[in-house]
Amino acid sequence: MINLQAIKVIYKYEMLRAWYTLLQTIASPVISTSLYFVVFGAAIGSRIEEIDGVAYGVFIVPGLVMLSLLTQSISNASFGIFFPKFNGTIYEVMSAPISFVEIVVGYVGAAASKSLILGTIILITANLFVDLNIAHPFVMVLFLVLTCISFALFGFIIGLWATNFEKLQLIPMLVITPLVFLGGSFYSVSMLPPAWQTVTLFNPVLYLISGFRWSFFEVADVSVGVSLAMICLFLVACLVLVWWMFKTGYRLKQ
Amino acid sequence: MQNSIVNINALSKVYQSGHQALSTVDLEIKEGEILALLGPNGAGKTTLISIICGIVSASSGSVSVAGHDIVTDYRVTRDLIGLVPQELTLGAFDTVWNTVNFSRGLFGKKSNPAYLEQLLKDLSLWDKKNSELRELSGGMKRRVLIAKALSHEPRILFLDEPTAGVDVELRKDMWKMVRRLNDSGVTIILTTHYIEEAEEIADRVGIINDGKLLLVDDKQCLMQKLGKKTLLIELKQSIDRIPDALGAYNLEPSEDGTQLTYTYDPDVERTGITALLQSLNEVGLSLKDLKTSQTSLEEIFVRLVNAR
Repeated sequence: MINLQAIKVIYKYEMLRAWYTLLQTIASPVISTSLYFVVFGAAIGSRIEEIDGVAYGVFIVPGLVMLSLLTQSISNASFGIFFPKFNGTIYEVMSAPISFVEIVVGYVGAAASKSLILGTIILITANLFVDLNIAHPFVMVLFLVLTCISFALFGFIIGLWATNFEKLQLIPMLVITPLVFLGGSFYSVSMLPPAWQTVTLFNPVLYLISGFRWSFFEVADVSVGVSLAMICLFLVACLVLVWWMFKTGYRLKQ
Repeated sequence: MQNSIVNINALSKVYQSGHQALSTVDLEIKEGEILALLGPNGAGKTTLISIICGIVSASSGSVSVAGHDIVTDYRVTRDLIGLVPQELTLGAFDTVWNTVNFSRGLFGKKSNPAYLEQLLKDLSLWDKKNSELRELSGGMKRRVLIAKALSHEPRILFLDEPTAGVDVELRKDMWKMVRRLNDSGVTIILTTHYIEEAEEIADRVGIINDGKLLLVDDKQCLMQKLGKKTLLIELKQSIDRIPDALGAYNLEPSEDGTQLTYTYDPDVERTGITALLQSLNEVGLSLKDLKTSQTSLEEIFVRLVNAR
């Protein structure tokens, strides 16, 4: 027996929350992405030569989309669960006839959906600045969906773990942003000195961006199969961690 | 004899901090009753409720609701239970209408606008249905919490300190509502540290302190104890032991032997006071003073609480 009603209301509630904070959820990522296009694509990019036969302004689009997806998936999902924990309304979810799977599907599903919508909007925005041709649309969608789900899960974990607002911002700021920037959002790994190329291979975000970029231009830093495997591995790791958190009642149930 | 609806067996809770919030509590809650759990702050009332509702896990012991275990059969048991928490924990930007619908859905019930409309009307919230929760007064928020707890039509309602920070008017309304719900068959468990509240509303009263359930009794039985009066007799001289001639009166001597306490029921025709005074005279004890007083539930409570 699955409590579908519960999943539905949590999902709807979280989606509505985005509607109330529309400016914050949609407008701000769109504006910041547009700024990246103006600065890196148009201003600086015009002086940079093509990378693997792709104009620089176009080359950075997949990286920019990933940058927004990652940060937004995390912040959406972490806030979604942290807030009820913070103001105490979580008691209701805890006392409802609802399993942890249903809680996760509701909260993470909503956060992932919001990121997916956002990613689409950013792609449309990007299309206004540059001409985009997507070589493998299905693979692209697959990467989008997998990324949204796994990072929403990761954000959910952060939201469960965080005991205050500072901690909530800590991981996204200190870990995710550097990883995204150093994961080849704005450059090809081959442009780095050999030693740094090896170091970069330890950055999981590299695999995401590389695979996602491949679906557009068929150019990649690592093979697309490895990219897919990595994102699936991350997804499974997050699932296991969430499962453990609920099983032990971590930070939720004493 | 009513059926029991909640069975609590040897329930204990030790928090990670090492604080023992409950120690081997046994309690049977009868279907259709109003049970008041009375105890000072920090006695373990909220922990007990939280375990039954699934918010806190027990360290040992078990609870069953309508014959179903609260851990293995949580979907069944939680469906039967509504909880009104002590704190005014509500979101800020939702409307009253949205939040009660959310609660109903969370408990897996199909939406039923007609039921929720009646519920909000009963709680004088209908004209506030489109207000945001942050705009509401404390009393209104309390009503919203009750509405949320009742949104899925539970058979058991837990009210944790329902009258904390509530004005007289709302308190009256709340008791009216509690009685109405109870009349419709809902079992009600409320916690309070006000004795008058327990007296006013409950069928049975449980006294809890320091994690232990000290006593559960029908309010009538407690009221009988409450109805007793005591006669304090101060003697001019102290006595070592109570003379045999006074044995029938069950007198309690004070430690220094200068006072005797006689307990009697003022409602019966023969209180025994005249006979006692005569007997005292016969055994040659002279009296300094006499004082009568009524035992209150408060005294019973304080005595029980201090005894441990």
